[in-house]
Order: sequence, then structure tokens, then C-alpha cells
Amino acid sequence: MEIFLQQIINGLVQGSVYALVALGYTMVYGILGLINFAHGEVVMVGAMLALSALTAMIGWGVSPLLALPLSLLLAMAGCMLLGYSIERIAYRPLRHAPRLAPLITAIGVSIVLQNLAMMIWGREYHAFPQLIANQPHHIAGAMINDIQIIIIIMALVIMLALMAIVHRTRLGRAMRAVAENQHAAQLMGVDVNRVISVTFMLGSALAAIAGLMISANYGLAHYYMGFLLGLKAFTAAVLGGIGNLRGAMLGGVLLGLIESLGAGYIGDLTGGFMGSQYQDVFAFFVLIAVLVFRPSGLLGERLAERA
Amino acid sequence: MRLPTLFCLTALTLVACGKSANDQVAATGEMVVRIGAVAPLTGPQAHLGKDNENGTRMAIDDANAKGIMLGGRRVHFELISEDDQADPKTATIVAQKLMDNKVAGVIGHLNSGTSIPAAKIYSDNGIPQISPSATAVSYTQQGFKTAFRVMANDAQQGRALGEYAVKNLQGMKIAIIDDRTAYGQGLADEFVKAVRAAGAEIVAHEYTSDRSVDFTAVLTAVKGKQPDLLFYGGMDAQAGPMARQIKSLALNVKFMMGDGGYTPEFIKLAGEAAEGAYASLPGVPLDKMPGGQAFSDRFVAKYQPIQLYAPYCYDAVNVMIAAMQKADSAEPAKYMTALAGISHPGITANIQFDAKGDLKGGAVTLYQVHQGKWQALETVGAGQ
Repeated sequence: MEIFLQQIINGLVQGSVYALVALGYTMVYGILGLINFAHGEVVMVGAMLALSALTAMIGWGVSPLLALPLSLLLAMAGCMLLGYSIERIAYRPLRHAPRLAPLITAIGVSIVLQNLAMMIWGREYHAFPQLIANQPHHIAGAMINDIQIIIIIMALVIMLALMAIVHRTRLGRAMRAVAENQHAAQLMGVDVNRVISVTFMLGSALAAIAGLMISANYGLAHYYMGFLLGLKAFTAAVLGGIGNLRGAMLGGVLLGLIESLGAGYIGDLTGGFMGSQYQDVFAFFVLIAVLVFRPSGLLGERLAERA
Repeated sequence: MRLPTLFCLTALTLVACGKSANDQVAATGEMVVRIGAVAPLTGPQAHLGKDNENGTRMAIDDANAKGIMLGGRRVHFELISEDDQADPKTATIVAQKLMDNKVAGVIGHLNSGTSIPAAKIYSDNGIPQISPSATAVSYTQQGFKTAFRVMANDAQQGRALGEYAVKNLQGMKIAIIDDRTAYGQGLADEFVKAVRAAGAEIVAHEYTSDRSVDFTAVLTAVKGKQPDLLFYGGMDAQAGPMARQIKSLALNVKFMMGDGGYTPEFIKLAGEAAEGAYASLPGVPLDKMPGGQAFSDRFVAKYQPIQLYAPYCYDAVNVMIAAMQKADSAEPAKYMTALAGISHPGITANIQFDAKGDLKGGAVTLYQVHQGKWQALETVGAGQ
């Protein structure tokens, strides 16, 4: 029983990480209908910036409790600037081009960012300073540590905050209007370019938070860390229904749970015929099954084809 | 019209310059011999790949400084370094690229999973390949005369690890995780054989990949089987976070790895959780080898602390050049026979190959993390 509970906790933590990153994919897709494949790399840059700032500040003798929020703010600012520039340089000039073109530039941006990070931060792994104790808490025989609790709560709080922004503020109304119809929104006096820029910056700020938390949890940062994470988060976004904020959250948590339960029980269930090497197969099998029956994802709405 | 012409002219001049540089060398009587080197220079194992490249480069610089003569002409060795991303498919592509560049020999690849498919291409072209670090048994068992390695294979390493786990560490219920690469899987399989032969029980065998960072699910599954020792077949980038997660899941096991975990990077990534972890590395500890400490000092001064395989790369290049000197030729067909029969005092071992191209009498040393540093425990096997 405690093993089962532990697997649920593992899945929730992993899933919250996916969900945080998936929110960034889904926001951009919701508004532009564009898959921002560079988002995983923005997460990596966020982690790297936070780590550099943190190491520098601790070196100057700033107390860790102050250094942590400060470096997070710095990483968020850096990523917002990066998100803004990516949109301005790689996507805006192609806004009216065929859909495939911005997809290619997205992949291009991702490769450029990866290599830039490799040049700046080097090829080696960076250990994340252990500021939050790794000491596990016992809950009915299962273990959870402080960082993992923070990750789960943060993911929830951020999703709720985003929902509030989208549904309760003027900016949110403008975002929804742009998502609905860019031209009509423009005619109604919405500054479409600004709304899109702000969306990218918001998503990138989330990426910075995700980056810091992932680094703190796994204790490392590396220029390559964004790739697999981006892929999994994108899968989570599609699973939940890309373009839908609650969908990203649900998809992320679900993917995390499927992976951990799959890895934990597939061997026992098949009598050793299949082992944990099939955990990804299992996760993608669920994705295919969901998409066959609900092509727009679990919470995705069936919208009329956009122009 | 003018602009493209200008471009063409510039391009032509560049090509011409490239050519004439070679000719100039030839004109002064120097012969250029190209040596290929392949390792993952990007991706999760880039830090190890760069380490390999540096080790190879240092040997080549040394050889150029010495001024080696072949067939009465002074030789200038040129390094062509390629990135295989630790990916078997990419490995075959860069192997072909090296063949097109007419290299005389190849130092590489770093991983077993890449060395194995690339070996066929080198064999088809008759180009000797010396892997500094591919340890999977099957690498030299494909029947290619061109495949050599300067490191003991996983049959030797897995046996040393398995026997140590059962006899010295009293492991009775042993769990395995491997990363499904040719290296991780191969080493884990040899380890399992040795553990069973020594009379202990394998209670779990789980899997991950060489790109993962989250192992909580498989570790929890392992925890359910209550093992007393956990062996990981894979590299340091995974082993580091894995050690941390073992601690945060309160999984009470001795943690053991092969050569892929024996790096400063592992200790950095695992933090406090590294303490007490075991790993093995083929060969005798570097500071016990003649010239080992001197190499290490020079390497650190020139590049950065040794990650893992740089000394083996250094040896691989030197043994290749020694064979060329013995045959008095850089012709692959000529110096390959010399290579097969060579006896070269390297800094990691006295290098002699058996009929398959494996290192003769390879020793294996076991290490443990003690106060944040790898410390040698004992060396088993034939050794010197």
C-alpha cells in the first residue's frame, strides 16, 4: 500500500512539473495556433540563469533565503526578455506565412538556444546548491520532501492565477479576443502585437519558475535538460487538450501518474513479460487511445477550423 | 551579378588556400596523417566526450612535438574530431564522414552503443579503430579485424563487480537498474551472471534511459522488493540524480555502478548522497602507473580535471602511433598487423591485444566515495 501511495506521489510531482511547462505551450497555442517548440529551451535558460545568479549571490555572502527569491525574479526577467525576443525575431515576421514556416523557425530557435547555452555554461552538469533540505517527510509510509511539496502547490497556484488573469482581467479579455479572431480584435481596438508579446512573456516567466524548481528537485542543471522535458510537456498539453489551461494541468498530472504507475506496475501486471522499459510506450499508448476517441484532447473543445 | 561572382571567387580562394596549406606541408617534406576521433560532444554526455577529445588531442600534440618519422619523412598528425551525440545512428554517419576524409585510423567511439555499429564501416574500409572506452563484450565479437580497445571489457568488469558485491559487501538480495544502452545492458547482464554464480539472488531488474532524470517510479518499484544492494548500469549523468532520489525515498541500499559512474561529475550531482557509493574502472589507478601522475598533472594544467576516459584516449593514440612507427608506415593495411601484435607501455596498462582485439589481462579496480572523493579499494584481475 505504501508503495502504491509512493507511486502516486512520484506521479504527482513529475506531473506537476510537466503541467507547469505544458501551460507555456498551451497559452501560446491557444492564442496563435502555434506550437512554440523552443519553450523547453526557455525552461533550461531559466534554470541556468537562476543557478548562475544563485551561485554568484551566495558567493557574495547573501543569505540563501534571500538569494533564492532574488535569483528567481532575475531568471523570470531574463526569460521574459528571451520570450519577447523569440516572438519578435522568429515568429512575428512569419505570422502570415504558411503554418509550417513558424514551426521550422521554432525548431531552429530551439537548436540555437541549446548551442548558445552550451557555449555560455559549458558542457558539464551544474550541481544545484542544496538550499532546501532533502530530508523526507513520512506520510503513511511514503516519502515526500519539501521541494516536492512546493512543486505541487506552486503548479496549482500558478494555474489558478493564470485562470484568473485570463478570465477576470482586461488583459485576459484581450487575450481571449485575439485567440477568437485576430482581425476582429484589432478592429475593436485591441493591440494584437502587444497581447501576443505579453502572452509569450507570461509563458516564459512560468518557464523560469519551472526551470528553477526542476533544478532544485533533481539537483542539476544542464544545457540539454530542456529537450526531453519540452517533448513530455508538449505531450501532456496535447493529452489534456492543447489551448486549454485546465487541460494542460490535467494532461501533465495524468501523464506523470501514468508514467509512474506504468513503470511501477507493468512488470508485476504482465508477470515479468514486460518491464519498466515500456513506461514510455505505455504513456504514448494512452495518448494515442485518448486522441482516437477525443481528437482534441481530454478537455479540448472542438473549435471550428481557424484561418 | 557582381556579388555572386565575388562570392565564388572568395570561395575558390578559400578552397585553394585549404589545398595549398596541405601542399606546403608536403613541399617541406612533411607528411600529413589524419586521425579521426569520435565521442558525444553535444547532449547529456558532452562533458565526457570533450574529455575524450582533450585526451586524444594531447597525445597528438605530443607526437607532433616529438617529430615522428615514417618512411624517412617527418609526419604531422592532424586530428579530425566528430560528434556522434552518443547516438548509434549518428555514429554511422560520422564514421562514413571520417572515411570520406581519408583518416588513417580512428580513436573511438566513447560509447559501446556507437562503437559497435560504426565498427562495420571501419572494417569495410580497412581502417583500424581503437575504442578508448567501449566496454560491451560484443564490440570485438563481430569478427572485424579492425576493432581494438584499450580497456577491459564488461565480462571482466561485470565479474569483478558482481563478486565484490556478494563476497565483500555481503549483498544477498540485489536489485538492478540499467539504461538499455549496449553498455548499460551489457554490463548489467554480466553483473547478474556473476552475482548468481556467487550465490546471491536478483530480486528486481528495472529499466530507465540514458536521457532520464526522474527515477522515483523505478526506485519505488525496487523498494517494494526490499533489496540490500542496488546496481546501476549506465552513466554518471543519471547515476547522480539517482543517488539523490535513493536517499529521498529512504531506500536503504548500497549503491554500485560500473565505470560510467566513476567521475567527479557523479559526486557533484549526487551531493551528500554520493557518500559510500561504489564504482569500478578497468585498469590500475592512474597514480600507481608509471607516467600516470605526470599525465594527470599536465592534463589538468592544459585543460581541466580528468573526467573519465582521457588517459585511455591518450594511450589509444599512442599505441596507434607506435604501431605506425613499427610498420614504418601510416598505411592502414600495413600498420594494422603491427598494431595486432604490439606491446606498448601505456599510462593505463601495458597494452597488448588478444586475437579479438581485446586488451590482454585487463585489471579492474574498485572505488568508493569517501569524504567527497573517489578512493581506490582494491584492484582485481591480472593487472600488469
